[in-house]
Formats: sequence, structure tokens, C-alpha cells
Amino acid sequence: MRITVLAIDDSRTMRSMVRRAMDAAGFVCEVAEDGVEGVRRFEELRPDVVITDINMPRMDGFGVIETIRQDAANRSVPILVLTTETAPEFKARAQTAGATGWIVKPFDDQSLVMVVRRVTGSLR
Amino acid sequence: MTGPDSFRSLFFEEAEDLLGTLSDEVARLKGGDRDSEIVHSIFRAVHSIKGGAGAFALDRLVGFAHRFETVLDAVRSDQLPLTAELLRIVERSVDHLSVLVEAARNDRDTDTTLTDAAVAVLNGCLDAIGQDKAPADVLQPEAAPAFTFTPLALNLDPIEVEPTRTVTIRFRPYPGLYDNGHEPTLLIAHLAELGTLQTELDLSALPDWSSPDITEPAFAWVIRMATNAKREAIEEIFEFVAGLCDLSIEEEHDIPAMPDLPSPSPMSQDESTPATAPFVMTETTPASATDGLGPRPTLRVDLDRIERLFNAVGELIINQSMIAQRVDDLQMHHDTDMSSHVESYRLLARDIQEAVMAIRAQPVKPLFQRMSRIVREAAEGTGKQAQLVMLGESTEVDKTVVERLADPLTHMVRNSVDHGLESPERRLAAGKDPVGTIWLSAAHRSGSVIITIRDDGAGLDREKVLRVAVTKGLVPAGTELSEAEIDNLIFQPGFSTASATSLLSGRGVGLDVVRTAVQALGGRVNITSRPGKGTEFTITLPLTLAVLDGMLISVGGTSMIVPIAAVLETIRPLPGDVEQIGPDERLLSIRGRYVPIIDLAETLGFPRAEADDPAMLLLLVETEARGTCALLVDRVHDQRQVVIKGLEGNYGQVTGVSAATVLGDGQIALILDPDGIAAQSHPIPSQTSGQRVAALP
Repeated sequence: MRITVLAIDDSRTMRSMVRRAMDAAGFVCEVAEDGVEGVRRFEELRPDVVITDINMPRMDGFGVIETIRQDAANRSVPILVLTTETAPEFKARAQTAGATGWIVKPFDDQSLVMVVRRVTGSLR
Repeated sequence: MTGPDSFRSLFFEEAEDLLGTLSDEVARLKGGDRDSEIVHSIFRAVHSIKGGAGAFALDRLVGFAHRFETVLDAVRSDQLPLTAELLRIVERSVDHLSVLVEAARNDRDTDTTLTDAAVAVLNGCLDAIGQDKAPADVLQPEAAPAFTFTPLALNLDPIEVEPTRTVTIRFRPYPGLYDNGHEPTLLIAHLAELGTLQTELDLSALPDWSSPDITEPAFAWVIRMATNAKREAIEEIFEFVAGLCDLSIEEEHDIPAMPDLPSPSPMSQDESTPATAPFVMTETTPASATDGLGPRPTLRVDLDRIERLFNAVGELIINQSMIAQRVDDLQMHHDTDMSSHVESYRLLARDIQEAVMAIRAQPVKPLFQRMSRIVREAAEGTGKQAQLVMLGESTEVDKTVVERLADPLTHMVRNSVDHGLESPERRLAAGKDPVGTIWLSAAHRSGSVIITIRDDGAGLDREKVLRVAVTKGLVPAGTELSEAEIDNLIFQPGFSTASATSLLSGRGVGLDVVRTAVQALGGRVNITSRPGKGTEFTITLPLTLAVLDGMLISVGGTSMIVPIAAVLETIRPLPGDVEQIGPDERLLSIRGRYVPIIDLAETLGFPRAEADDPAMLLLLVETEARGTCALLVDRVHDQRQVVIKGLEGNYGQVTGVSAATVLGDGQIALILDPDGIAAQSHPIPSQTSGQRVAALP
């Protein structure tokens, strides 16, 4: 069973980069351009893992995480935050919202894939 | 399209869009719109640029964007009131951001002092509200905008392995750990990659089953691990669950313990415990969240594929005209059925061609938006006040044209502020608004794109222009020139009226470079000026670089194409309208003025088959070299669209010929360049008097 990844980012560049990394790792990668679409796509796709940006139009990444986590059934889905922020306060905020982990931009494909494997349990 | 370079160019494309958004939103703010979503949108755009720039290690850009973003964050969280002054700073910062993006795109260095100054201004804003350091700023030293990230790469360095030892890990997840998508077994499985595990499930905290408290952790693990992994590698596995569990990592070394080993702490990673962390991020709940309509779906296609389609369509057009011509030749047009099929084929081919052309068409808006920065910079550099008014920004032009127009347009806009507009004092004295206006407009007009740059400045000082031209030897002293001719002198190479070389326009390049660039695109540039009222430059460009509207003519038995854009009219003059001047020169008298007649066959070196036909056929064309000229041709066949096939690859540049095309009957026809013809027919430019176009009132 291939892992399905939902990448939510308002930046085309970021979406493409995440997609490339996921494709290369053999994951199925779907994308959404903002938080609202992200939540909608989540309901539709039921992905195995979500990678989300924080600053986005309509609904930010924290909103995405909180909305998804509202449903107790979704609490076991790993949600990774892709961010430029490195401050501990930021990580704490993401964690409080329900984020599983975070990846700091700029990321390299290998570590992004590694983190996805880590949280989805698809270790080789 | 998977290499790092394609991502890089994708980033710059996106950055361009984002800068466009920034420009729009700032304009809205300037227009008095205080919709709170605007600042959010500006913040996000800057943030996206920062994020993308970070991915390509564009440190200077990241550093500046970060500082800018901090100020915007303060604005959107109402810590910083959006005053006119701050709005100006935001505008400048957007400008600087685009400078940095451009520099990064071209791998160019920028003046660090400018960035430092821009950062200092932004810091000033933050100082003003006593926000000494935004949270993330702690990571960024004041004077060094280079932003440092902590990469999350796993440390797999095989050289510095720790000696094999036993590590005891005590791990007690809080219930919240499960709510964040974590799974203890995954963490343990991950640990197993680092060594041999001996796990023990600690059930001592199992609740009283009669009244279980589900908020208390029930399970815990004690893991003994034989490993040579570094402590950091083990800690990293638990990085995401810090604060969501009790964790201790104790080491028992097989070799004598080093005295300076870090003493194991029961909570080795407690520095980011959420309970004690102050929340500083501002909640972002976009006000005008849903406008219902998302952006229209788009598809990105490799340019090569479009080029291929383009070429194929070109061939299709040629094929269509071949068939049409063949049907015509075979006298089949009385077969109405056949005719209607040929006609629908023609319409269909035209439709396909237009659709394909539309793929390459891009609005000039991003290009125009860049000009507002040029106006601001130029105004600032010359102590003038200027505003830019854009019209028809949604006009679409071929992608290559848009790209290649950037430099000439920049130059002209700069020129308009620098030389066109007067100083505020002089404007006031002349009873004008001290703020000068530059209008930049784009429009489609009969198969061409017209771009105008107009200012409401003083207009050209013709006396001065003429004086300078004489001084520089561009025209002989005492030459009488029409106003239009004087105006056009400013396009001459080596012409510059600025008495003191200004920082902005005086770069050793004049408007002649602009003219050359526009001509290279198959277009032309004209100037009209009214004293005291202003100057207007008009650039006329073909819609596409691939297809040309041409007039099929024949000269000396050879078919040729003259671009329609260059043809003013076709005339068959009365014998009395042609005057012989000297042995080789003939002038055409038309509506009270004289234009030189250029014998195309002679200029191109063809033998003249028939003796001088008393009924001459002349094409009036507009040329840069000699103004209006009349081209003598044998026959005018019709007007048609032709597909441009470049010649330069095979023959180099041929004066008088711009390209070639394949006609409907398979014949190859050269596409003439009237300018080159005019210049060639009369290569001595200083002898303008006598043959020049007489002034019209």
C-alpha cells in the first residue's frame, strides 16, 4: 500500500519541491493551495500524512491542524509543519495545535522523506 | 523539469507573481483601502518569497524578507499603526525586495549598504513600538542579515561513532501524544534502527479499572539499547514528542565514563515545554476569507513543447495557403462545395493559430508594475515628484516580446522622469501640479500592440535638441528640419541632452538603444511632443514574432513580402507627380510634400526587366533612416499572413532582408526590411537635406 501524502502550501515552488521529494520516495503526493482547500482535500483523500505550510490565505496551517484534529478519528494522522520558523515558541504552538512534527525550510529531500517515514512507520 | 534549476526558475516565476501581488496590495493601501486582509496578503507574499529564497540559500533575500515580515507582522497584529510614513516604508521595502529578487535571479550582487539601510529603516519601525526583538529575531544577529537555519538532517556521520554502550531510555507518553498523530511503537521501531533493543512495557501506571482516568498516561516503556549511535541521534527520534512525554536517556558506558559527559537529566528536552512557552505568534483569521472563486486552474507546460506546436501550426498555415492556391489555380472555385471546405479550413487554421498564439500571450501587467518602482527611483534620484498611471495592463503580448521589452521600457520610463518631467518648482511656476504624471498604456490595435509612455512634462526643447545634434555632428549646421525630424534626432546614436550626466539616465546609452531593441522585435518607436504639455513615445509591436501580416509583391520577377506594418499606402502616381532630381534620384510629390523614390530592383541588385513603366507602382513606407519613402515595385499581389522563417542562422544578417517565408505554392519569398532597404539605397545619412520629407503643417 503506497503512502498518500497531502501537501498544503500556497507556494507553487514549495508544492513542487515537496511533490518531487515524495514522488522520488514512491509516495503518492496530492497538493492543496491553501488551508480551506487543504482541509477539503484531507476529507476527500484521507491521506496517510499531511505536510502543511503555516502562512497561507483563507486558513493558516494552525487552523488546518486544529480543524483536522477536531475529529477524534483524525488524531492518529501525522501532520507535519513545513516552516521557516525555528523558534521553540513556534514549535510549541504547532504542537499545541496538534502537529506531529516539523520540518524547517530549506529542507533537503532526503530528510523530508526521512521524517515522513518516521511518522508514518514506513521505515525500510 | 525536475532538476534544481527548474525549481529555481519556478521560484523566480512565483516570486515575480508575488511581487505583482505586493504591488497591487500596496496600491490598494495607498488608495485608502484598509481591508485587514490586505496586510495579511502582503505578509503572506513576503513570507512566501522568504520561504522560497531560503530553499535556494539566497541569504541576503531571506534576511531582508525576514525583517520586512517582522514589521508586517507587527502591523497585522495592530502593534504598529499603518501611518502614511509606514506605508511609504512598506512600499520602499517592496521595491527593495524586488531589487534583491532580481539580483538573485541574475546571480548578481547588490549594494549591501542599500540592504543595510533598508533593514535599518525597518528596525526603526520596530524600535518605535519597543518591540526590541521579534521572537524569531533572536536567531538573527542585528547587522548580519544572513539568516541561519538549523537543518534537520539526520546525523549519519560514520566517522565519529560513539563507543558501543548501553543506553537506558525511559519513555512515558502523555495522552496528548496520541492526539498529535504519534505512535509510541513507531518511535521504538525507529530506535531499533540505531541498535539492539530490549524493551519492557511498564504497566505500573495502569489505572484503577473501575474508574479509569483517561487523562493520565497508562503505558510506559523502559528500553535498554546496545548502540554506538550518538546521543543526539537518539534524542532526535524523540524530537517531535518533546513536551508530550516524560523522557530520560541514561548512558552506561562499557568504557570508563568520561568526566565531562552530560549528566543524564530526567527531562532532557524540556526547553520547549508548551506550558511555559509564551505564545507570541498572532492568530491569523483572514477577514475576507472566502471570495468563492478560487484561481482559475492553470497548466504549466515546457516551453519546448509549445515551440513545437508553434512550428507545426506555422506549417499548417503554409499548407492551408498552398491548398487554397492550388484550388484557385485549378479553377475549382466554381465548385461551391470545394470552396466552402477550403474556406472552413482557412478559418479553422486561423482559429488554431490564434489559440496557439494565446498560449504564449502574457499580460503586460507584471512588466508595467515593475515600472512603478523605476518611476519612484528615478523621481527620488532627480528630486522630482512623479506618479505612474497604468492603462490597459491586461493587454496580452507574446511572452518573448514582454521579456525583451523590459529593458527598453525601463529606459524610456526612466528617461521620461529624468528628462521629460520638470522639477516641482518649475512645474508650480508653470501652473502645473508639482507632481508629474507618467502614463503607461498598452492596447491592441489592428494586429499590433501599441505601448505608449507619456509624460506631462515640458516637452522637447527642439532648439536645444537641434543645437546638440549639430554640435555632435549628427546633422550639418544650418540644416532645416521639420519638428518631427528634430524630435526623432533623440533616437540617434550618441545623442544626449542632459547637460549634467545624471545618475539615472546617463549610463552612456541613449534612446538609440531603445529604438534598436524595439526594431529587433519587429516594431517601431515614434515620438510626439508638445511644448509645455509633454512628450509621448509610441511603441508599435507585432502581436507575435512567429507570424507576420505581409503584402506580397514582385520585383524583377521575384516574389517578396513587405511587412504590412511598414506600409502606409499603395499609390500609382500620375506622371507629373514624379520629378527627376539629378541622374539617379526621383522624388514623388504627394499631397504637398516630397518623398524619395527607392527602386527596389536596383537596390536589391535585380536586373530591371521592363523598361521604366510609365505607370509606376509605389509603396509608401515609414522608415527610420529616411522617413517616409516610396518603394518602386513591379506588382502588388495581395495581403496575407506569412510564417516567419529566420535566415540569420544560415546566412547571417542580410541588410534589407529580415527573414524569409514559404508561400502557398511552395516558393520561398524574402521578407523585406524597409529600413534596411532605405539605408542601403542611400547610405550617406548626413545628406538628409534635399530628399527629406518636407514639414507638414
